[in-house]
Amino acid sequence: MSDWDDTTRWQKRRESGPLLEVSGLDVRFGQEPVLRGVDFTVYPSETLALIGESGCGKTISALSILRLLPPAADVFSGSIRLEGEELLDLPERDMRKIRGRRIAMIFQEPQTSLNPVLTVGGQIAEVLRLHRGLTGGRELNERVAALLDDVGLPDPHRCAGEYPHQLSGGMKQRVMIAMALAGDPDLLLADEPTTALDVTIQAQILDLIENLQERFGMAVLFITHDLGVAARIADRIAVMREGRILETALRKAFFDSPTHPYSHRLFAALPQRLKRRVRAQRTGDLLLRVKDLRVHFPIRKGLLRRTVGHVRAVDGVSLELREGCTLAVVGESGSGKTTLGRGILQIVRPTAGTVSFAGVELTFTHGRPLRRIRSDLQTIFQDPYASMNPRMTVDNIVEEGMIAQKIGKDRAWRQARVAELLEQVGIDPDHRFRYPHEFSGGQRQRICVARALAVDPRLIVCDEPTSSLDVSVQSQILRLLADLQESLGIAYLFITHNLGVVEYLADEVAVMYQGGIVEAGPVEQVFRDPRHPYTQRLLSAVPVVPVPNAIAEP
Amino acid sequence: MPDFVLLWTDVLVYLLVGGIAAYVVYVRCHRHLSDRWQQVLRSRLGMAGAVVLCAYGAIGLLDSVHYLPSPSADTAVPAGVLSAFDALVGPLRTRVEKTYSAPLATHAYSRELVDTPDGLSYDYPRLVWGGVRLQDPQSERLPDLLRTMGLAIAQAALCWLALCVIVIGWQAARAGQAFRARLAAVLARETELPWDVALLTSGALLLLLFLCLHLSSGYHVLGTDKVGQDVLYQSLKSVRTGLVIGTLTTLFMLPFAIFLGVAAGYFRGWMDDAVQYLYATLASIPSVLLVAAAVPLAQVYMQANAESFSSLEQRADLRLLLLCLILGVTSWTTLCRLLRGETLKLREAEFVLAAQALGVGHVVILARHVLPNVMHIVLIALVLDFSGLVLAEAVLSYVNVGVDPTMHSWGNMINSARLELAREPIVWWSLAAAFLFMLGLVLAANLFADAVRDAFDPRLRRR
Repeated sequence: MSDWDDTTRWQKRRESGPLLEVSGLDVRFGQEPVLRGVDFTVYPSETLALIGESGCGKTISALSILRLLPPAADVFSGSIRLEGEELLDLPERDMRKIRGRRIAMIFQEPQTSLNPVLTVGGQIAEVLRLHRGLTGGRELNERVAALLDDVGLPDPHRCAGEYPHQLSGGMKQRVMIAMALAGDPDLLLADEPTTALDVTIQAQILDLIENLQERFGMAVLFITHDLGVAARIADRIAVMREGRILETALRKAFFDSPTHPYSHRLFAALPQRLKRRVRAQRTGDLLLRVKDLRVHFPIRKGLLRRTVGHVRAVDGVSLELREGCTLAVVGESGSGKTTLGRGILQIVRPTAGTVSFAGVELTFTHGRPLRRIRSDLQTIFQDPYASMNPRMTVDNIVEEGMIAQKIGKDRAWRQARVAELLEQVGIDPDHRFRYPHEFSGGQRQRICVARALAVDPRLIVCDEPTSSLDVSVQSQILRLLADLQESLGIAYLFITHNLGVVEYLADEVAVMYQGGIVEAGPVEQVFRDPRHPYTQRLLSAVPVVPVPNAIAEP
Repeated sequence: MPDFVLLWTDVLVYLLVGGIAAYVVYVRCHRHLSDRWQQVLRSRLGMAGAVVLCAYGAIGLLDSVHYLPSPSADTAVPAGVLSAFDALVGPLRTRVEKTYSAPLATHAYSRELVDTPDGLSYDYPRLVWGGVRLQDPQSERLPDLLRTMGLAIAQAALCWLALCVIVIGWQAARAGQAFRARLAAVLARETELPWDVALLTSGALLLLLFLCLHLSSGYHVLGTDKVGQDVLYQSLKSVRTGLVIGTLTTLFMLPFAIFLGVAAGYFRGWMDDAVQYLYATLASIPSVLLVAAAVPLAQVYMQANAESFSSLEQRADLRLLLLCLILGVTSWTTLCRLLRGETLKLREAEFVLAAQALGVGHVVILARHVLPNVMHIVLIALVLDFSGLVLAEAVLSYVNVGVDPTMHSWGNMINSARLELAREPIVWWSLAAAFLFMLGLVLAANLFADAVRDAFDPRLRRR
């Protein structure tokens, strides 16, 4: 589609007048402003992507359009007009006719948006009854099946009779979209609808939304934090930060030459933009050798809890890691990569196979010797909010490992070391008597890194350490990890689903699928020339961000 | 110097007070806890509940300092072990009528043969103590009552004003504010804690206190029971019984619940199975049945070893303690189940995994990472269980398996009032008094418990 096409299409839509007009929207939580004068317009049958990092007010904007704000939030001023009709002044009764019928919404977490005790068909039928006046019988069932067919679910009649827990995450999101379509809305609000899904599923759902939009001619307000997703689906882009819209532009114009400095920063922070590290030697001694590792979880049933089968979370994985190198394990959710990490750390005991770390066989080690060796083997978790005890101060958290490993002769020495470590990861040592909740997500992840470093490890298993962070924070943490590897010579086993991160940080990559490794090798080789069909599928599903030339290296 | 007597429950009550004091110090050193407690007291109803609970607690504590009076004291009533509270309200205990009399009455409730100057007649006799000041009860009673009440109200108001000045002055001095400014802030409800509620509640309590003080000097405020004992005195003495049952029972159940629940959740495996079977079995036996079986057993034991109890009070006290123990043993299962569930969740939490990966031992993980993060559940369960246990005592005493019949308790008062309800005219005041006092305690405890739960339950905390 050419540049000219884009612009003329938009001009045409513009002539038909705006579908939704939000102007000067000011929403506050008590005294605290969340939206400070948000303006944007959605024209019929276009897709406007609202981009921003967490906490910038994207979701609140969408919720205030539907007037579904949490009770603590108040609309202070502003107006929201749907085809000229002011939504903020409508009585609640009329508003109910707009929700679902003219404006529908899909949410990030399909798991919690569907009622688990009703069949999916029943839930779609409810929308049809409410908004389309269909009552019972064959017509209703046919309509439900047609909708499920529209969103690409196989065997729609059987699907309609199933309960949410019988469907996968991607299928549930399709059901959510079918429910949204049931009212035949003019505007679809999609709040990060693919964030909880794997890349390959995400690609399917994005295709689906695009197709449906063309067929039904509805407008979409697509909320996302992912530039790649926005580049793929949006006609126009609006960048949001701290409750304000910073810039609105046509897609082409935005990805060619963003105007606002913040947009530049967003591009600069993309992991793929970080310069690939060039390192001279990658031939350290062999540190970790995993051979034919299996972790099976028994499925127990019946009165006597007899084992009736196994979930083969990790099924015969072999890999090697050299001192001071980084091995990335890539895979989608449920592929067993987290269990692999925990199996290597012996937090979960492997069912079979060997893990030899610096010449010691870990699967045979128990009790005290295992506890001693743990100082060489550390871990960083995905969620920095859950990985620190909320009841302990930061200095206690960082010090704990040193006490357990009997490092340092007295408390004064350890406290000095804590201060030093915090400094090393970029946290002001004066803040060490604070509690975790007083820090931001990125700062907490830094503290977790300091905790792991406190026992002088040789290997750190990083389990998606950046996936719950915003892009700009993510790049800072990645750079920190890279610097630490450079100066301390630590090896990383880096578990992730984000291929951009792999490209930046890893020397070698292993692609995991259904408990086994399907392809492994140096990063350049695997990414340039993927052999296994799954790797090919994974690589092609990743949304690519067309990075403007003007963006400088950070 | 009287001989102090330490009953078993006294020792435990002192330990409990010491424990609470230690907890307060601990809370003051920990920001996340002191914030939560500030939030409890910021709730207006929670604050009112706390003030009323404090009043009950003061009575209970005074009643927990026991001594043997010197034999020379007046022996109108056979004196066993007395408490500091008895000494304070002396006349209430010693002014005994012959039998029933209505609240604030001057004459007995039933006719008797009275020896008058005109000869024997069948009439309502004058009470020994009720309206003793009056020459002609018929005409003087109402003015006397009004005068006494007026005096009481005036004194209470004076006392309350003094309290307000002291409290607000203390706050003003601490905050470095002018007295006027602080007063205006309290009146405008702009202080961080709802001091206006605290002061109003204590004002109401002061009013009640002075009314009782003044009226009871000439009357029986809540009437007398079958053997002529003052009902107000009985109700006040029952406060300690209720508090002891409500607090000591939870104290007995905590070790079981915490130890077994946390161990089952953390270690899983056979430990989990054993604990689950244990509490599933225990929870399936009706606890009333267990209590009803255990109390007579204890009674038989005490009768067989009568020589080891030097006084009636000691026997009654031991029975109270046993009741707490039995109630505790039968009621730990709910909390245990909650704690096991929470620990199951916590052991998979990433900070526990991180501690394991650092090589921290199990005991340290339990003490530093698991226990502090389930304590809010323990606290909520404690305050919620309290009122339930006070009511349970009343029910058990009513069916005669509760505390010793010689012990003052609301359950016993209700039990003895049961028969009186069938009288004509009806004797209602024992029942009403027990009901009112119990209502006050349970309502205050429930309001306070709600505030505690709102502050500590993480699910309720998020908006």
